[in-house]
Amino acid sequence: MEMNALDVLNAMKKGEKSPTKTNEPEKNIPNDMASDSKYKVLIEDLAVAYNGKKAIKNINMKIPDKAVTALIGPSGCGKTTLLRTINRMHDLTKGAEVSGKIIIDGENVYDASINPILQRRKIGMVFQKPNPFPTMSIWDNVAAGLKLNGVKDKNILNEIIEDSLKMAYLWEEVKDELKKPAVALSGGQQQRLCIARALAIQPEVLLMDEPASALDPIASQKIEQTIIELKKHYTIIIVTHNMQQALRVSDRTGFMYLGDLVEYDKTEKIFKNPEKELTANYVQGRFG
Amino acid sequence: MSNSERRLEFRNYFQDNLEKRMVKDKIVKIIVIACVAIAIIPLGSILADVVRMGIEIISFEFLTTLPGAAGSGEGGIANSIQGTFIMIGMTSAIGIPIGVLSGIYVAEYANSRVGKLIRFFNDVMMQFPSIVFGIFAFLFIVLVLGKFNLWAGAIALSLIMFPIIARTTEEALKLIPDTYREAGHALGIPKAIVILKILLKAAKGGIVTGIMLSVARIAGETAPLIMTILGSKGWFRGTETAMDALPLTIWRLSLLPYDNAVMFGWGAALVLITILLVLNMSVRYLVLYRKGGSGSLGIFMRITGGKK
Repeated sequence: MEMNALDVLNAMKKGEKSPTKTNEPEKNIPNDMASDSKYKVLIEDLAVAYNGKKAIKNINMKIPDKAVTALIGPSGCGKTTLLRTINRMHDLTKGAEVSGKIIIDGENVYDASINPILQRRKIGMVFQKPNPFPTMSIWDNVAAGLKLNGVKDKNILNEIIEDSLKMAYLWEEVKDELKKPAVALSGGQQQRLCIARALAIQPEVLLMDEPASALDPIASQKIEQTIIELKKHYTIIIVTHNMQQALRVSDRTGFMYLGDLVEYDKTEKIFKNPEKELTANYVQGRFG
Repeated sequence: MSNSERRLEFRNYFQDNLEKRMVKDKIVKIIVIACVAIAIIPLGSILADVVRMGIEIISFEFLTTLPGAAGSGEGGIANSIQGTFIMIGMTSAIGIPIGVLSGIYVAEYANSRVGKLIRFFNDVMMQFPSIVFGIFAFLFIVLVLGKFNLWAGAIALSLIMFPIIARTTEEALKLIPDTYREAGHALGIPKAIVILKILLKAAKGGIVTGIMLSVARIAGETAPLIMTILGSKGWFRGTETAMDALPLTIWRLSLLPYDNAVMFGWGAALVLITILLVLNMSVRYLVLYRKGGSGSLGIFMRITGGKK
């Protein structure tokens, strides 16, 4: 497994397209962490405990706009927990306690005056396992977020659905069978459908929780292409177990371990020249 | 003794044991089949008896006319059929909304302690003998209003109905994986809409099963009706008077000492069973399969999707 990963790395060094270099100019990845204007999401002193047991502690992160930020780390390190704080998914988890701030566009998501439902409409989320609504057609799935929030105009819906499916690179495959049940699609198509569903509500931030982990290599490659395209328009935060995936798609990478954010920097730096030994050991596959 | 020799011994030990285990396997299989047979024989013979006896008496006249003089063998049971449909309708109007909504509450809103408490009382209510509900409706509705009354019957029956629906709705909702709830919430859809438009649709199969079970149960209840709608020989004349229903007719006729009356009872029993069968199948078809799209794949998806 690790040999394979190294092969991929070498192939990339030899001149395969690296998204970090081609798609995004360097200026979008600020060197200094001081100016906040280029950042979409600010995480300050964030901690989450489940029934009193700390899952993540004292996380501080600045997540740049229109770029992909990857969270990597071994199982149980708190990546997913951190991701789910951003759209207040923990509100639904019994016994979960969140402290600290998450600031999106200057507003603290956890402020008492913020309505989490409105907040979630600004943030799209794609889950680990494809979870299209089982009783709905492809069209209804993409339309769900809009229709159930009161958008009724069929023309607008059709336009948004086409646009979202195109952005998720699914349109060509499903345009003639939009009325088919969503569960009839393959796993990879279902996951892209879920991406389209998340995009349809016109979010500004897109959270992805291991979006390709349940898919075969070809399907995950398609998802990765989608992510690289999407970052032109969205702030994307992706949790991944696959380090090569993080290297291919992300501009910044945060390495988490036992609930701490060990190191957070430009992806290249994390993978080629990390500050901490722990990070170096992990990205070189010596543990985890 | 080396490890591999020891392993050989283990292997032999399992092989020595093989015949004994095969015999045990056969015995268990025979017991299981025997138990199924014991359960099915009475059920099948009751059904066969009802069909055999009932089919003799059933005619167009039997289904469409009012009863004649007791034991005369004239007339029919049309008023009881009408009464049964009215009772099913009125009871469902009360019982289904209360049942489904309280099931939703326990599954989606109640914290675990409140949920457990409600579920406990719900289960206790399911065990109540149905005559208790009849007495309740008799004391608090019939006696207060001073007359036998269809609403009293419907309320008594809905008290039997809604715990069954509440429980099955709760179970059906709990079977839906949390990922669908999360997907809904992540789209910024308010909780109530997620429940009504996404979860209820996915749980439809289980909920419809629960509703049909409860309809079958209340359609056959006799005891609460004796104390609330009493029985009559005429057509429906408004909710404020006595009315007949099939279980009441079956019960009354079976007590009469005339062969003709008993035969009418068999006929009424067959009619009741047929009504429930047809009702059950048509509701299932309408709710679960109709919009399944074209072809068997669509239907398959709808069934599997509906039962998730």
